[in-house]
Amino acid sequence: MTWEAAAVEPPRGESEIGNFLLSNGMEVVIIPDHRTPTVTHMVWYKVGNADEPPGKSGIAHFLEHLMFKGTKNHPAGEFDAKISEIGGQQNAFTGSDYTAYYQTVTPEALESMMEFEADRMRHLVLTDAVIAPERDVILEERRSRVEDNPEALLDEEMRATLYQNHPYRIPVIGWMHEMEQLNRGDAVAFYDRYYAPNNAILVVAGDVDAATVSWLAEKTYGAVPRGRDLPPRVRPQEPEQNTKRTVVLTDARVTLPSFQKSWVVPSYRITEPGEAEALELLSEILGGGTRSRIYQELVVNQGIASGAGAYLDGRSLDPSSFTVYGSPRGEAKIEAVEDAIDAEVRKIIDAGVTDVELEKAKNRLVRSMIFARDSQAGMAHIYGKALATGSTAYDLKQWPLRVRTVTAKDVQAVAKKHLNPDRSVAGYLLPRESATSGDKSQ
Amino acid sequence: MTMFNRLPIGATKPLLVVLVLLGLAATPARAAMAIQEVKGSSGIKAWLVEDYSVPIVTIRFAFRGGSTQDPSGNEGLVNLMTQLFDEGAGDLDSEAFQERLDDAGADMRFDAERDALYGSMRVVADQKDVAFDLLRLAVEQPRFDQAPVDRIRAQIVSGIMAEAKDPEAVAQVAWRKALYGDHPYSRRNEGTEQTLAAVATSDLKALHKRLFARSNLAIAVAGAIDASALKRDLDRIFGGLPAEPSLMPIADTAPKLAQEIRVPYDLPQSRLRLAYSAISDKEPQFFAAYLMNHILGGGAFTSRLWNEVREKRGLAYGIRSSLVNNDHASALVIDTGTRPDRAAETLSLIRAEARRMAAEGVNQEELEAAKKNVIGGYAIDNLNSSSAIANTLVGIQMKDLGIDYIARRKQLIEAVTVEDVRSVARQLLSADPAVMIVGPPLKERKE
Repeated sequence: MTWEAAAVEPPRGESEIGNFLLSNGMEVVIIPDHRTPTVTHMVWYKVGNADEPPGKSGIAHFLEHLMFKGTKNHPAGEFDAKISEIGGQQNAFTGSDYTAYYQTVTPEALESMMEFEADRMRHLVLTDAVIAPERDVILEERRSRVEDNPEALLDEEMRATLYQNHPYRIPVIGWMHEMEQLNRGDAVAFYDRYYAPNNAILVVAGDVDAATVSWLAEKTYGAVPRGRDLPPRVRPQEPEQNTKRTVVLTDARVTLPSFQKSWVVPSYRITEPGEAEALELLSEILGGGTRSRIYQELVVNQGIASGAGAYLDGRSLDPSSFTVYGSPRGEAKIEAVEDAIDAEVRKIIDAGVTDVELEKAKNRLVRSMIFARDSQAGMAHIYGKALATGSTAYDLKQWPLRVRTVTAKDVQAVAKKHLNPDRSVAGYLLPRESATSGDKSQ
Repeated sequence: MTMFNRLPIGATKPLLVVLVLLGLAATPARAAMAIQEVKGSSGIKAWLVEDYSVPIVTIRFAFRGGSTQDPSGNEGLVNLMTQLFDEGAGDLDSEAFQERLDDAGADMRFDAERDALYGSMRVVADQKDVAFDLLRLAVEQPRFDQAPVDRIRAQIVSGIMAEAKDPEAVAQVAWRKALYGDHPYSRRNEGTEQTLAAVATSDLKALHKRLFARSNLAIAVAGAIDASALKRDLDRIFGGLPAEPSLMPIADTAPKLAQEIRVPYDLPQSRLRLAYSAISDKEPQFFAAYLMNHILGGGAFTSRLWNEVREKRGLAYGIRSSLVNNDHASALVIDTGTRPDRAAETLSLIRAEARRMAAEGVNQEELEAAKKNVIGGYAIDNLNSSSAIANTLVGIQMKDLGIDYIARRKQLIEAVTVEDVRSVARQLLSADPAVMIVGPPLKERKE
């Protein structure tokens, strides 16, 4: 079996990944995997932080928390207690483009999970008594995950600078001053508008067969009435990127400086065929791990960086971002790290990549998909995220083959087109002592 | 892309996560997991779970003797060594080794923990032989060439320096020192700039000889490989190692309680950490302590601390208690973070819940729910991928719990009574805990 086949074929003895629509518009994906007696049940709503009304940042994530506060049929805590009793796991998460809820349980409990989840899709009960303490919880969450962490603060400011018009500039958790004002009315309005079967995707991965899942899904989710038709998700789009911007954060908690640079680039949904794959390969060759150009040159050959690399997440509904980063080692200056990273970017723009390194990068990407098949919950996540951001199950299945068809010229072309140094945002995290102008510390 | 969850993931960082001490699914396994013991002709043993549904082979192994084996003055040596196994071995220098590993499509990792050094490899089945040859070289003939030693050392030193003013890192150092005094558990895994500077290539070679031997080795394999192939591979990879290691004895110890550690910082959120004694996982009352901890603060979304601190009052994003069971010390640790002006209130709530548990124990209903959870959750938490299976099976071997442990564990849990929990709660939680406060000084004390 080729690696491409190994990456997409169902596990030995399993049927194909299934994909269909319920009559109320809810999309269903079934990923059979009978290796362990467990099943991962996920519901993805096609709404996230980038869909929030102006001034209400954080409402998508706040509502995610509030979804655990009980319904007419099941008071708060009952769902948790049920899952706990059977030794299951559950959690939820919010991104810019989606909000998802999941449970991993034994197959016997799947029907019950579907009942609970279908019930809270429409019957959530929100009172001011549950709103106030939970709002304090998300404020504490912001303190622990952002305010307490200089890297997270800089990342937040980088996004707010990189995206000039698109709501991706707004943090998923929300801005503190807006979060403090979120109230019951905001939560109810958001819930009523977006939480409906025709705006949701059900992903079930694990020790269940397609016939059982479709029967249970019809019985539970299928009974939830279709919601209002939602207009297409048209968010404010980016103007042409035409400046080079700089964000500096000096902070007393920082000892060693670090550098990063980001560009707005297309995501899978909005590119010409092959362009997003070429960007992924560019990211891998330039800065994916210890075999990458940036790591080899800065960390191994020049010895000026303790760490350096690149990353990209192409699975977004609207434009994504491409980032390179590095931290100086020993006596090296942050300027030297920045210059060396810039030089590696320029080298690819000017001279492209070799066929050998392209082949190796393709192997690494395809292999990562084979390894991903080892985790039932991981596979459910890959499918849910892709479908919530505008791809299809078929796209995912074709992905290893499309990666194989990218040429060295394609990689050079996307580098030239998208990594223009005059249209980028550079971010510096600096110790307080070397404070420069533009001090943003608190 | 940034994502935010309802529950903090990895908010607490205990010294060593207790992995093997959960239970097997209560429901009959449709795909019952069969563990085979495989023994090579060199005497090397491994536990194997065969599964061909995905063409991957995962191997995980551990050598007893982790960073506690650092010689005094050379702290960080074990951690440094673990990061050098893919930096050249046999006749391959760093570049050549990594290139071959990449061509074989194998992930190889080594990690140093306090009581053991762990290694693992994951590979697509059709590349297994090439990859295992590289693993053999790494395990038997690491080179420790000067250039990679200097580079990796510089990276570790950069990491240490980067944390020099990070409140959480500073607090962690103060916490260990306060709890464990001069015991090796008080030291940083990664050492210090000074102790790392003192390391020579000869130290690394000597350490490798001391730690890597057949008798202190535990191995588990999961995936697309059968017993006879594995037999040959075990001999091939590990057969050339010496029979016995040469480990320094490590004394048993206990965390020092009844003290307050203050790490003053001007922060938007105060971090609170409390430590009580716990019970070794070798003791009969262990599962009583385990269930008690689950009810107090171990069970996500349903614990007493979660309900009191987060759900009812919105004082914290996360709060949990964990049993930290190392080979030579055990502790029950509670962690949370809250607004500085509410830190005193939060701390006194936590203390009150611990006192209530010591005085009243738990009721039958709570205990039954906890039992169901920790029995039912075992497969989901510990056996949900090849890596998780291999990890769990090495953990069971490292604790000498026996190949029938997963089945036996369920009975051990079911046997715990309300009285057992009450007794262990009284024993552990009546004590005055060690308390650390990272952040601004407490505004008030409501004890």
